[in-house]
Amino acid sequence: MEYNIVIGLETHAELNTDTKLFCGCSTSFGSEPNTQTCPICLGLPGVLPVINRKAFDHTLKTALALNCEINDFVNFDRKNYYYPDLPKNYQISQNHFNVGNNGSVDIIVKGEKKRIGINNVHLEEDAGKLVHPEASDAGHSLIDFNRAGVPLVEIVTNPDLRSIDDVQGYMHTLRNILQYINVSDCKMQEGSLRFEASISLCRKGAKVFGNRVEIKNLNSMKAVMKVLAYEISRQKELLDKGAQIVMETRLWDEVDGVSRRMRTKEEAHDYRYFPEPDLVPILVDKKSIDRIRETIPELSAMRRQRFTSEYLISDYEAGILTESKPLADYFEECVKLTIVSPKELSNWIINDVLRVLNEKKSHIQDFTISPKMLVDLIEMKSEIGGSIAKEVFSEMSNTGKDASSIVREKNLTPLSNAEELNFIISKIIEDNPKAIEDYGKGKKSALSFLVGQTMKITKGKANPKILIDIFREKLENNL
Amino acid sequence: MDIDPREIDNIAKLSRIKLDDAEKVKFKNQLVHILEYVEKLNELNINNVKPIFYTSPLKNVFREDTLKPSFHRSNILNISPSHVNGFFKVPKIIE
Repeated sequence: MEYNIVIGLETHAELNTDTKLFCGCSTSFGSEPNTQTCPICLGLPGVLPVINRKAFDHTLKTALALNCEINDFVNFDRKNYYYPDLPKNYQISQNHFNVGNNGSVDIIVKGEKKRIGINNVHLEEDAGKLVHPEASDAGHSLIDFNRAGVPLVEIVTNPDLRSIDDVQGYMHTLRNILQYINVSDCKMQEGSLRFEASISLCRKGAKVFGNRVEIKNLNSMKAVMKVLAYEISRQKELLDKGAQIVMETRLWDEVDGVSRRMRTKEEAHDYRYFPEPDLVPILVDKKSIDRIRETIPELSAMRRQRFTSEYLISDYEAGILTESKPLADYFEECVKLTIVSPKELSNWIINDVLRVLNEKKSHIQDFTISPKMLVDLIEMKSEIGGSIAKEVFSEMSNTGKDASSIVREKNLTPLSNAEELNFIISKIIEDNPKAIEDYGKGKKSALSFLVGQTMKITKGKANPKILIDIFREKLENNL
Repeated sequence: MDIDPREIDNIAKLSRIKLDDAEKVKFKNQLVHILEYVEKLNELNINNVKPIFYTSPLKNVFREDTLKPSFHRSNILNISPSHVNGFFKVPKIIE
């Protein structure tokens, strides 16, 4: 049977602040367990949380970038639940007056633009990390509270996603926006981007949707894709048999590749939200909205369009270059530094720079070749020839030295010794009577052949432009 | 005013406290008294009164994103019932 699919996604992104949401403890990843804790993030009695201004501003920035309406009255609520990853037995989150509501994100799916509604954007604190000893008879669990209190922005979509492709397009676009506006590093491997999905199916033509299944514990975009594919086939199978889908929360098991019914904390959905009495509300005025709006850079979709019209590169190339803000910045920095065409710069960045970064599993921010160095090399290309330029490029990327010193050290300067060149050229003319004859008959390609032969013998050290001139002169004189 | 006994069971469960039958009756009666007391508010006409969430006049209280030293780990672990290798140790959580 054919089914319609409806998916909603909640995304949690760790904000890139130095300190936690309500105290001055560090948020840095990978420290010794429980070394970044204090009475506030451990929820000891008598402490008073105070909101981190940067975390709030980042949330406001996110809401604005996602086209939300900003609430002028914002507050925090207590979400009550007993689970050892939260030492207070409640999480400080937002429920009644979120930072932003009714936003949208435009995504491109299979070449078509689609608008995904954003229900709300809000700020909350992360929980600690539970460690379950591998031995099944261990009888205890361990807790590291370093993550407890780290600020998270939660972004909740409307149920507008209708396929796995939609979900992929949305996650990709959202991550791109969060990175562009520099509120989160979105490092999946460090858990700074996590998802929860809800999905329901109904038979095509049916009016009422089936029961909704929520899936938690999705720590990567890949896991989201896998679990949704799994859930769709699981639910289809049940519905085909005439069975009902149970409304429940399931957990994704990465190792076994299955989702399983969750039996713990969330089962009794009774969070008893109430306004957090330890925090005072925030009034957001137009001035602060404008101040934050000014810090939002041109986002990738706009930048991609501008790149094609301003720099005359293809949409495909513009798409690659604007995939990350630092890469797009790198490209534009190069454009500013030189009269070399943006198209040629784009070729170098896409073909050479990205290849090296890929090989080294590195990022453009850490790249050894600065825009200035790259531009200097490309400008030298007409002198040293293309193949030497590529050689110099790979040397530059390994050593971080600039192009001219590598050319000097490795003696890669073009063959300008006229005598030596003349000798080689005469020999080539002698050895290739057929090509000479062809050229005499007006066959232009014969010239390229001769230049190619010379490049081969000189191992690319000769300047092809100069070679063309020399050959032309010699051959015309001989005729 | 009365409270469904299942409500008492649910509240006890959410609060992680065990109540015997006598206690259930006792607390139910106490809760009924409290609710009846608060019920009096419903006698007032508040159609023109805006809801108040906070009684303090304070608003927009922030701190800057500046690092402060965390507590010494041993001090924090030592006030917990159980810890091992720098972690807090709790009864096994079944996922």
